[in-house]
Amino acid sequence: MDALIVRNVSKRYTNHTALDSVNITIPEKSIYGLLGPNGAGKTTLIRIINQIINSDSGDITIFGETLQPKHVEIIGYLPEERGLYKKMKVGDQLLYLAQLKGLSRSDALTRIKVWLDKFEIRDWWHKKVEDLSKGMAQKVQFISTVLHEPRLIILDEPFSGFDPVNAQLITEQILALKEKGCTIIFSTHRMETVESLCDHIALINKSKKILEGPKKQVKDQFKSNTFIIEHRGNHFLLSADRYELVKQERIEDDLFSTTIKAKEGIKGNEVIREIIDITEVHGFQEKVPSMADIFISLVKGEGDDALKKHLLEV
Amino acid sequence: MNKIWLIIQREFLNRVLKKSFLITTILVPLIFPALIGGLAYVAIKDAESAEADVVHVLDESKQFTFEDSKRFKFVPIDQSLEEAKKIYNATNDFALLYIPNLDINKPEGVLLFTKENPSIDKVGDLESKIETRIHDLKLKEYNIDEATLKSLKPQVNLKQFNLTDTGEAKSSNSGMLYGLGFGLGILIYMFVLIYGIQIMNGVIDEKTSKVVEVVISSVKPFQLMLGKILGIASVGLLQFTIWIILISVLSSGTLAYFGLKMPQKQMMEQMTSQMNSDPQMKEAMDQQNSKVGQLLGNLSEIPFGKIAFVFVFYFLGGYLLYGALFAAVGSAVDSQQEAQQFQFPVTIPLLIGYLGLFMFILRDPHGSASFWLSVIPFTSPVAMVGRISFGVPSWELALSMVLLIGGFLLTTWVAGRIYRVGILMTGTKVSYKVLAKWFMMKS
Repeated sequence: MDALIVRNVSKRYTNHTALDSVNITIPEKSIYGLLGPNGAGKTTLIRIINQIINSDSGDITIFGETLQPKHVEIIGYLPEERGLYKKMKVGDQLLYLAQLKGLSRSDALTRIKVWLDKFEIRDWWHKKVEDLSKGMAQKVQFISTVLHEPRLIILDEPFSGFDPVNAQLITEQILALKEKGCTIIFSTHRMETVESLCDHIALINKSKKILEGPKKQVKDQFKSNTFIIEHRGNHFLLSADRYELVKQERIEDDLFSTTIKAKEGIKGNEVIREIIDITEVHGFQEKVPSMADIFISLVKGEGDDALKKHLLEV
Repeated sequence: MNKIWLIIQREFLNRVLKKSFLITTILVPLIFPALIGGLAYVAIKDAESAEADVVHVLDESKQFTFEDSKRFKFVPIDQSLEEAKKIYNATNDFALLYIPNLDINKPEGVLLFTKENPSIDKVGDLESKIETRIHDLKLKEYNIDEATLKSLKPQVNLKQFNLTDTGEAKSSNSGMLYGLGFGLGILIYMFVLIYGIQIMNGVIDEKTSKVVEVVISSVKPFQLMLGKILGIASVGLLQFTIWIILISVLSSGTLAYFGLKMPQKQMMEQMTSQMNSDPQMKEAMDQQNSKVGQLLGNLSEIPFGKIAFVFVFYFLGGYLLYGALFAAVGSAVDSQQEAQQFQFPVTIPLLIGYLGLFMFILRDPHGSASFWLSVIPFTSPVAMVGRISFGVPSWELALSMVLLIGGFLLTTWVAGRIYRVGILMTGTKVSYKVLAKWFMMKS
């Protein structure tokens, strides 16, 4: 079953269109990266899923049911603009937010204790939020997001404001939640997060979805049959009918790295077979585009042929 | 509904459990009795310890004699004015009073010499002593005795009645009604303003701290707004109840303690003992007593139950009506400074009600201006409670109440539409046009 299906969702404001007939499908138990430049419409989409605002048209299905007010209790939301009641104590605050999500007082109390222990911050209970550092407040906010054990967790830029140690701690918790069966949506433009954590992605640009799918599949789509060969000796000749030289760099002494692009239909093995006879091969690797490459080329609209072709297909 | 209750609880507890709430709630009612008590105490101590001022009297007319009082001790001088001045200057005494040989029909040329500027109080006191003496002298000259004089000065107190439809006469007292209307009207005005601004600041707080996005991912914006308004209302009611109880207990306590020592009271007691020995005085006293009785009678004629009910109704109705508007203002802006431009138009109708209370309601409670002020929902909370003690026809009261309910439903609806958009908008330059756009925006 899919955790969330968004169908033809549009949202228009007086001066601009925030979402233009967006479709996305988020598989259950996945970590789903929602990518896009600032102002693309990610936050609008997230707010619509959270029922903070309503869409103009389209419909949303969550775990097989049409999205309704009762579903706020199975969604956990960490907004990009973090905020807690400054004058409230950490414990009271978590208790209040958990109860608003439909948790009973006693359940909330037990779970808050578990989470505070997990983060080793049990003695923060009586601290006011205004006395916490930014990173500390972030931890509290993260706890408030997951306290009611939501099935769908939406994290908007979850790592901003965390130092590497705490970012690691949060990453571990996110992975643990996934293990438990939660579906997690990441909205981010930090590509290293996407590379390491997400297994599905969607890219939204200028209020339209322009790319979606499992990360591996997306990357495969953007392979351009380009290979990087490490070899000794700077000259080897390949048929210009079949290959195109992209670049050649010296690594050290007479060790070189040469990037070539093969014509369509030529497999990696064929390339190896051809070059193994004409140069001393030290390394061979197919060049797979990074998410950052894909993101930048799609958003800038300056992609190579494969990207443009892909855009046409979408 | 359950969630609104949670919000109300948070708003209530968060404010009530604060130290500042405890301090203002307890200090405010303490301040007034403490001031009254403190001043009364000082005044009494002062009066007790003060020695009588010595006044040298040089009376060339030989017609004036003054009795010594607590305040003044009179020393007759029998020298020339120049000599008297010298004698006076050699002492530390209060004043030298010079009365020339004057014509009692044209009392001029009385002089008072002092070393420092005397208080207007003491001068007035001396003047009245001289006037009283001249008054007595004149009576003698015209051969009028006290009794004749008294009969020349009739005292009339209008006994007031309201004639009801059934022809039954109900006594009334405008002065007391004035005081009641005045007090209740101001209470409502203050309550709406103080707690309305608290709502506004609460909304601004949630908006600027960004917590609002988390909260409205769990509840509807309208629920949050309503919960906040109701939560703060309960804080206000609690605070007012505590104030009323504390003020009445403490005030009556202080008055009871100091009241016995009050100079006026002492005077009254003295007078009473004198009067009892004097039949004429006794008559006056009886009249006085009957007046007090009438006042007490009027007090029992005032329908306090009805007034209390109307007061609570308009108290809440007015608060809800304005509270929603204040919430909308808070949602539209990013800071309290920015809020001022919208806060002002919201408070204007409230101010009109307040001014109308003094200009129309209390002067002419049954005029047409008073009618409209007490019927239109924006001014009726202040105007109607100011008017109610004067007696308002049932249909007018009913109309006003229905309109007030309609009024706050309307403002809550309008405010809710602005609020739901406003709380998510930061950094926008908000104008009335923008507010209108938010209001029209479909949900």
